[in-house]
Parts: sequence; structure tokens; C-alpha cells
Amino acid sequence: MTDPVASVAALTKRFAGQSVPALDAVSMRIEPGRMTGLVGPDGAGKTTLIRILAGLIDPDRGSATVFGRPATDTDRAMIGYMPQRFGLYEDLTVIENLALYADLRGLPAAERRASFDRLLDFTDLRRFTARLAGQLSGGMKQKLGLACAMVRAPHLLLLDEPGVGVDPVSRRELWAMVKDLASDGIGVLWSTAYLDEAEKCDTVTLLNEGRALYDGPPQDLTDTIRDRVFRVGVPGAGRRVTLRHALDNPAVIDGTVQGDALRLMIRADTPVPTAVALGLAPGATLVPARPRFEDAFIDLLGGGPSGSSQLADHYRQIPQTDAPAIDADRLTRRFGDFTAADHVSFNVPRGQIFGLLGPNGAGKSTTFKMLCGLLTPSEGNGSVAGFDLRKAKADARQSLGYMAQKFSLYGDLSVQQNLNFFAGTYGLHGGAARDAIDRAIAIFHLDRYLKVNAGTMPLGFKQRLALACAVLHQPPVLFLDEPTSGVDPLVRREFWNHINGMVEKGVTVLVTTHFMDEAEYCDRATLIYRARQIATGTPDELKAMAGKADATMEDAFIALIEASDLQREAA
Amino acid sequence: MSRLFEPRRFRAMLVKESLQIARDPSTFLIAFVLPMLLLFLFGYGVNLDTARGNIGLALQDNSEAARSLAGSYQSSAWFDVRKTGAVGQLSDDLVAGRIRGIIVIPDGFGRQVAHGGGDIQVLTDGSLPNSASFIGAYAEGVRMAWAAARAGDQRTAVPPPIQTDARYWFNPELKSRYTLVPGAIAVVMTMVGTLLTALVVAREWERGTLEAVMATPVGMGEFIATKVVPYFLLGLCSMTLCTVLAITVFGVPFRGSPLALLAISSAFLFPALGQGLLISAATRNQFVASQVALLSAFLPTMLLSGFLFEISSMPKPIQAITYLVPSRYLIPQLQTVFVAGDDWSLFLPNIAALLGFGTLFFILTVRATRRRIA
Repeated sequence: MTDPVASVAALTKRFAGQSVPALDAVSMRIEPGRMTGLVGPDGAGKTTLIRILAGLIDPDRGSATVFGRPATDTDRAMIGYMPQRFGLYEDLTVIENLALYADLRGLPAAERRASFDRLLDFTDLRRFTARLAGQLSGGMKQKLGLACAMVRAPHLLLLDEPGVGVDPVSRRELWAMVKDLASDGIGVLWSTAYLDEAEKCDTVTLLNEGRALYDGPPQDLTDTIRDRVFRVGVPGAGRRVTLRHALDNPAVIDGTVQGDALRLMIRADTPVPTAVALGLAPGATLVPARPRFEDAFIDLLGGGPSGSSQLADHYRQIPQTDAPAIDADRLTRRFGDFTAADHVSFNVPRGQIFGLLGPNGAGKSTTFKMLCGLLTPSEGNGSVAGFDLRKAKADARQSLGYMAQKFSLYGDLSVQQNLNFFAGTYGLHGGAARDAIDRAIAIFHLDRYLKVNAGTMPLGFKQRLALACAVLHQPPVLFLDEPTSGVDPLVRREFWNHINGMVEKGVTVLVTTHFMDEAEYCDRATLIYRARQIATGTPDELKAMAGKADATMEDAFIALIEASDLQREAA
Repeated sequence: MSRLFEPRRFRAMLVKESLQIARDPSTFLIAFVLPMLLLFLFGYGVNLDTARGNIGLALQDNSEAARSLAGSYQSSAWFDVRKTGAVGQLSDDLVAGRIRGIIVIPDGFGRQVAHGGGDIQVLTDGSLPNSASFIGAYAEGVRMAWAAARAGDQRTAVPPPIQTDARYWFNPELKSRYTLVPGAIAVVMTMVGTLLTALVVAREWERGTLEAVMATPVGMGEFIATKVVPYFLLGLCSMTLCTVLAITVFGVPFRGSPLALLAISSAFLFPALGQGLLISAATRNQFVASQVALLSAFLPTMLLSGFLFEISSMPKPIQAITYLVPSRYLIPQLQTVFVAGDDWSLFLPNIAALLGFGTLFFILTVRATRRRIA
């Protein structure tokens, strides 16, 4: 084993006022020439660990060593650190930011020119050297942040969630850039909440709630669930019900929808149940599938939730209608010269899930807001639950439940106060309000947090509360904006069980997501890019557009975007 | 390990800070537009002088002397006689605020004058103490001037046994502008020194740039120094702008030396910047920082420094508090250097006090700005 460039041993850090430690006896090492992944959901302790390595936080116990010295007293010039928000000065230009960090890291004047040339080519930012950093797109900011972190070839590169908030294309480019660096002998620590990124690392430390659940090559972990992951086709509309039945079987510890198929993981040392026992069609065959890191994570956590959803069980049956529950007809929104959404059209029949996919800034949220009645369309029309958005805005709003991106409840109100408030805003009073609130508390296990300010709860509970508030009035239509961004995969499974269950009761769901795995749950989805729809179809149809066998949603996404860019350049 | 101070890093950070100042319109607003606004406000808008008092005149004596004195009041530049009549009628106007005082020339005034006396009564509204004392003093002044002129005319007068001859040094017309405008310069330097620096470091915390910079070899001392130097210069620029405006536009005399003004201002900017940096380091949040800066620096400079309200007329406990306000040591120096001239025996102890405050603030800042996030 080579000497590590950095390592931590039995590292523990507890922040004042927090009941659980941010890091609990974590040990790991970063070796030169390798991509070390630091993987875990939000709040797992990734940022704390990286900041300790950057010498910005003192650990309570344990040690953090960089280049053989304590992290707080080492040669900082040889560390490249990119914080989550990149650390760029937005009122400085690209080249001024680079020059600043070159001087701060003591890049010798003689090497300056060569280093700048190399980085500008590498990041493809040469055309933008005179542009203010604040005016760059998210992907370009990220590349510039990386360039600043490595302007003087570091021996250790610490990257705190470089993939967050960036579209899959930029994410893939960045990965390739960093991978290149690692092969030059740099020790790279890449932190991420995307479990698919973990698979590509040479070695991975998996953090959850401050503890390291696993430390080693990702392949070794996925090997533990080899021969236990299967894929089974479920043609037609029955896959949500089928998934629920399958998950209720004690032999199945995890299951997800994959377009027109299900992906199931079988408990260790348990014989694979027959198709009939799983509630599948008698002739269905379980095809072994390649295990993923996420499957292994779920297995480490003891398996996902069972299939039934109490929320759905108590939900009212939404009456059948012929008209589409959501209808978008050439919705267009302009802000001055800028068109944020350009003739977006789709309709969603009752009891289906429709996905809006696309990179940040593509126009997803604008479309979403127009359909919620929060933004008036410049052109086009739409209706929700049969109510016209222009004529009956209030009725349309009353018949939808809205869960906004990020936590949009009142952080300074207690959980109970938030529930009371939202019950009131949705017009629930007296006994009806009490029943709805009590039910929400029981279903989402909010009882121990009732008196706690919502803002101080763990992320998973915040998201649960947000969903609970959105469905208090049992609306026929549900709008979910990035509902499971950042939460651990168990909470995500739980959410989708609720959503699937509600859909079976006739609820119609519109969801935006950048987790391509989540797109698989949709009945249909549309890909929005630069304000326009570039593809619409079922998940399997979209995947087929990627043009290669066994394509993932992410492959499809990237292929479609690249095709759109080519078309645009040709035009 | 890297050295604590390296000229190259320091220069790079200075360049960065200067570019940010030049590109941020809010810096320009606070450093140049706001000072001009304040100066015009205090130069024209606020005036502590009572220019002309509305009074009523109750003439109860019909002698030639009484009428002559009444004529003096009516022609006086200091008074505007709105009404004459009985005290009873005029008192309503006084209560209603239509007039600020009543001058009563009592029955038998003419006889008293003939015997070398002559008392008048001045009724004023004690709820407006400034106006009341002004009316009282000026009413007496007009009467004395009248008596003197009358004596001169008749050439029979015996000079009064004691005569006060008030002479207002440095500001013979007692123009409050002469003291307000230099005071406003103190307010401006507080804004630039404390508010602006409080905001800029907090901004680096908020935007996450400080986190990235702290992970480089930059020393925290270097970081603080690069915040101090540009804003120190900016503070001096604002001060110079104000001084030029004060002299040219507002006609405030400048009897001291530029060198003294520079020394005084520099001494004040030291604690002002220190206070701003300390607030920034402690709050790490622009909104909180601006609130703390307004409460701990701007308001005390307005209220407790002797700028608007004389410290000697404050209650004792409040007077004690003023010793903790750095601008208290600046205001008398500024007023002196403008209106009176260089007086180093006054400047030096005050400069020493300011440097003391500055040292304290900087020690606290360095202790608060550790290279740690949590």
C-alpha cells in the first residue's frame, strides 16, 4: 500500500446544540493517484470531514493528517479545495479569480502562463476569461472553481459535492477532468450524494449519519449482493401494484420501478421466491441484473420499507373523469427578451405520474409555476383538475397539493404549528383539520418532533413534513418539485411508496427531478432543455432514444441534450 | 510551512479588494453619495440656530419711552412682532404656539426710565427650552441696546455699573453649521469605517469565498490587513471630499492645518475599522452586521459624541457612557481644527484615546477571526 496523502483516524466531531455527532469515529485514507469517493446523503457528515481535512474545523477527537502533518498545520499551498459554493469571487472575472488563487497558492511566476493555458483549455473557459464569475452558468462556475483549486498542481484535491446543481453533461465532463488529474498522481477526494458516482470511484467511504458504513472499493461492496438483484418486466399499467405486492413479500428487501420493469433485491441467504409468490404474472421471469452501489447501500441499511403506504390507504378515492387532470397547452413565459418556457404542451390523464426532466435553468420550474398559478403565462393555456388557469386560478390551486423544491415550510414554527397553518390555508377546519393532522403525524412518525422547530429537523423529516402538509386536504393533483433531492435512499423509497399508493387511488402527480432514477417511476416524462421540449415519452421510449442497448435514463438525457445542441449549432 | 506574511499574497488580496470596491455600486454609494447627502442635510436642513422669533408685544404704558422701546422690538432683526394687545389675548397665541414669547412693557415703564431704571417682563414657552432662552436673551439684548442708544442720544447717561460684553470666539455669529458640518464628517467616517467594513467581511462569509481563501496559505493577519488598507484609504477619500465641500459650499472656515486633519482622521479610522471588522467577525452575516454597526457605531456618533447634543448638558450617567464612544474623542478635534486651528494639546490626548480603542478592537478582531469555520 502506498503512503496516503491524507488520512483521518477515529475522527469525531460534535457541533454545539446537536444531539448526534456530525462525525463518529470515522477513519479513511486518501491515496495518491486514486479517486476516493466520500458518499452519503445530505447531513451524513461529508462537508464536516472535508473541512477538517482542509484545516478549517478542529476535530473533537481523533486525528486528521495531511502530508504527514496535522491538517491544521500543513502546507496549504499543496491542497486544492473546492467548497460547495466554489469559493469564487463573483465580481471578479474568470482570469482575475485564477490570478488571485495563483498568487494565494504561491504559483511561481514562471509557471503561471503554462498553468493558465492548461487550465483554460482543460475547462474550455478561454472564451470567457473576461466575463465576471457571477455571470457564468452553474457548470462553468464549477469548472472555474476546480481550475482555481488546482491552479498550482496540488497533491491533494478536496472537492465538496462538485456534482450538485449541475446538469449531467457538465457532471460527466468534470468527472473526466478530475479522473485525468488523479492519474497524474494527485490524491482526490470527491464527495457526493449521488450513489451512481460512487461506483466510478477507485475506493469509497460510505457515510451515513456521521458513521462510516463502508470503506473500500465499491465493487467489493456490490459483490456482497451479487445474484440477489433481479429485473422483471411488468407490461401494462400494473407495475405500481405489483411493486407493492412484491415489497410486502418478506424475501424482498428492496424494489424500484424501472420504466416498464421492476428491479427487486432479495434478502441474503433467502431462496428467490417464485413469480406467483411475488404477485407477478405466472409466466414472468426474474432476470439477474447488475447490482448497483445504491442497492448495496440499501442492503447495508437493512433493506428498504415494505410496499404499503398508510398515507395512500387513508386517501380518498379520486373520482374518475375523462378530461385530463393536468393540461398544458403551448405554455410560454417570457421575461423581457428571455424566453424561460417556449410552447410547452403535454397532458396527464387522471391517476398517472408525469415527469418534467431537464438541467437547471432549462425551464422546468417556470412551467411548474405556471401550472400552479404562481406565474401568469405570456402565451398559451393550461388547466388543473379541470379548472382553467386563467379563469379559475383559485379553484385550480385549491385542487392541488404543492411540495416546493427545497424546504419551504416555516422553519421557525414547530411541526404542529406548520401542520395547523397549512390545514387552515387549505380550508380545513375543526374536526376535519384535527383528523387530517393526526393522521399525518401518525403516518410520517412526526410525533417526537411536534414541538420542535421545523427548520432544525433532519432533512428526511423536513421532506416528510413538507409532503404531509401538501396532502392534508387530499387534493386530486399533486405537484412535487425535486421531492427527494439530497435525502437518503430509504427515505426516497418511502416517498415513492406513498406517491405510487396515492396514484393508485386516482391522484395525478407532476414531478420535476434531476435524479434520473426517479424518472423511471413516471408513466411519461418530457425533457425540457433551453426552454423547449426536446423529447417526450415513456421512460423506456426515452431510453431507446439514447441509441444504445441497456442505456440508463442519464445516458438518454445526455444523448438527447447533445443531439439538441448539435441541431442548434447546425441551424 | 508558509510564512505569515508574503508581499505577493498581500498584493493579490489588495488588488482583489480594490477591484471589488471599484465594481460594487453600494461601496460608492456609502463612501461618496451618502456623505454628500449627510453633509447637505446637516449643512442646510438641520439648523440649531433660531433665526427669527415670532413674539407678541403687550404695551401697557403709553409713555414716549415705552413706545420707543416697542419700536425697537418691531424693527429688530431678531424678532417678528406678530401681534400687539393685552397679555390675556396673547397668552392664547403663546399656548397655541403661534408666537414664541410675549414681551410686556409694564405700566409705569416711562417713569422708571426717567429714574434710571426700566424693567420689562418676558413670557416664554418653557416647553421649548431652546427658543425660550433665545427669546429671553435676545429680548434683554434689544432692551440694552435701546437703553444704550437712548443714553447716547441724551448724553446724560451714567454708564451702568457693570456691563457684560459677550464675545463668541471662533464662531462670532454662533452659526451651528460651523460645528455641524465638521461633525457630519465624523458620521461619514463612521459609516465608511465601520458599516462598510462590517459588511464586506460578513459578505465573504455569506458567499463562501472566505472558506476557499482560508484553505489557501493566506495568513489571517494578511487577510485582515487587506481589508483595512483599502477602506482606510476610502475613508480618507470620503473625509477629503467632505472637507472640500464644507469649505467651498458651506463656507465653514478651516483654520487648522491639513496635516492635523489627516492625523486626526487617521487616528479615528483606526478604531472605526477595527470595530467594523470585529462586528463582521462576530456576526458573519451582512444583515446582522449592518444592524449591529448602526446601533453600536452610527447612533452613538449621532447622539452621544457631542455632535448634535452637548455632552456637558447630558445627565451624569449618560456622560459616563460617552467615554466609551470613540467618536466622542473625534468631534472636539474636528470642530477645533476647522473653526479654531491646530491645538495639539487638545489633539494629542484624544488621538491617544482613539489609538487605544483601535488597539483594543484589533486585538479582539484577531482573536475572533480564527482560521476555523466552526
